[in-house]
Amino acid sequence: MKTVFKGGVTAVALFAAYAVQADQEANLVINEDIEITVRTDAPEHLENLSTIYSGWVFRSSETQALQMDDFENPGMIFVDDAIDSWNTVEGSAGESCASCHGAPEELAGVRAVYPKWNDEAEEVRTIAMQVNDCRTSQMGAEEWKYDGGDMINMEALIASVSRGMTVNVATDGPAQSMWEKGRDIYYTRFGQLDLSCANCHEDNYDNNIRADHLSQGQVNGFPTYRLKNAKLNGVHSRFRGCIRDTRAETYGVGTEEFIALELYVASRGNGLSVEGPSVRN
Amino acid sequence: MKLTRRHTLMMAFGSAVAAIMPFKAFAAVEDEIQAFTGGADMGSDGITLIAPEIAENGNTVPIEVNAPGAEAIIVFAAGNPTPAVATFNFGPLAADQSAATRIRLAGTQDVVAIARMSDGSFVQARQEVKVTIGGCGG
Amino acid sequence: MADNVKPRVRVPRDATAGEEITIKTLISHPMESGQRKDGDGNVIPRSIINRFTCTFNGETVIDVTLEPAISTNPYFEFQAIVPETGTFEFTWYDDDGAVYTDSKEITVG
Repeated sequence: MKTVFKGGVTAVALFAAYAVQADQEANLVINEDIEITVRTDAPEHLENLSTIYSGWVFRSSETQALQMDDFENPGMIFVDDAIDSWNTVEGSAGESCASCHGAPEELAGVRAVYPKWNDEAEEVRTIAMQVNDCRTSQMGAEEWKYDGGDMINMEALIASVSRGMTVNVATDGPAQSMWEKGRDIYYTRFGQLDLSCANCHEDNYDNNIRADHLSQGQVNGFPTYRLKNAKLNGVHSRFRGCIRDTRAETYGVGTEEFIALELYVASRGNGLSVEGPSVRN
Repeated sequence: MKLTRRHTLMMAFGSAVAAIMPFKAFAAVEDEIQAFTGGADMGSDGITLIAPEIAENGNTVPIEVNAPGAEAIIVFAAGNPTPAVATFNFGPLAADQSAATRIRLAGTQDVVAIARMSDGSFVQARQEVKVTIGGCGG
Repeated sequence: MADNVKPRVRVPRDATAGEEITIKTLISHPMESGQRKDGDGNVIPRSIINRFTCTFNGETVIDVTLEPAISTNPYFEFQAIVPETGTFEFTWYDDDGAVYTDSKEITVG
């Protein structure tokens, strides 16, 4: 799908070649144990990219190092918090996550295929939606705020047990119409700055937009610990930030538009490894 | 470099500005350094400061200090609103006199590490860290 | 006491006598610097961890004074000598008077 640069001069002036610091040939092995695929052939549905890269390769070598050891990765303290939460009995059914699911490691493989179609509910679900469904239907507990600390920490735990596994979200079958909706949003220009996701993350990854080194906008590393706000951040929060930066009114966290977009963006990373919680700028 | 009249004027203006501007900021850190060293002269051998040339983000900048044989190492961020960052005091069970941590830098500035050696002398290491602000980081 | 402060420490489980080991410590804490303002323009008061110590069987390994320039979720990495079997004690002192601790045992054999 071709993007046409209307107001092309302004847009081009924003992007400058990046000269410093990131070691883009490096490989990521976590704890000298978990091998992470950070670059690979783009999945077939991606017409405009031949190689996909994890956001890790675009960060400075100091930032890359923070993710290589679970005792240096600040996101992992929040995974610890989620483990406590996992084992805590909550709600009218008197159960904890552990009561049904056993150890968190039993959920290995889950992060790699989400968001995905849920037959019973007849909808595409993100992990947050599934967690809340478990909480309300199985535990008789209250829902967690979609991008609140409890939920994001739990997403980080669920991601962490799938690290190294290959992202493989379904783009066809019952999920197809949501996937197409997400794809359309990805290529739609928003805001006063008239920018689509593709303008930065497909056409200009590896360039700078002012002081930021652009990645391909992959989500395999989410939730991510951002140095900028020193906490874990979820995918929908990041989508909000990006759209707000185009000076547009953004969709809300947990809305259908963002679920669709998350499904589509996740599929652009099919082939990379699950990496969360990652460390980014 | 050709010294045109314009160049000379710009250089003179620039150095006048430079003479005035950082004076306030660096005065604060110089006072704190004096408090730590008692005004002693500082050598530069025997202490290493590792910090990135360009910080990915000023909110979390990894640094490392190492001064074999030191009793304590103090770290300053010369351009921060309050320059003191940390003091590492090494005990008898420290295997070496090194430490790594993450710090906040308000903008491009020098990070200064000063070690007090067991013989009462002081050595310092200094490095500029560039901190960029602005972009679409959201 | 700040909310949800949680330490995370790595110490190897065993060592030979006199071995030098690397210790990594992380603790979740906002480290409110005292530089930020709230929505009404009032300064949010400073509230940080101001001191961190590590001892082994009672002897000091390291004693750190922290200032507001230490990042949120303070991290320290340092080297310790392990003379014998024993316990590392880690203590973080908060401006508000709270004290957080963690300990790790190590076997020398």
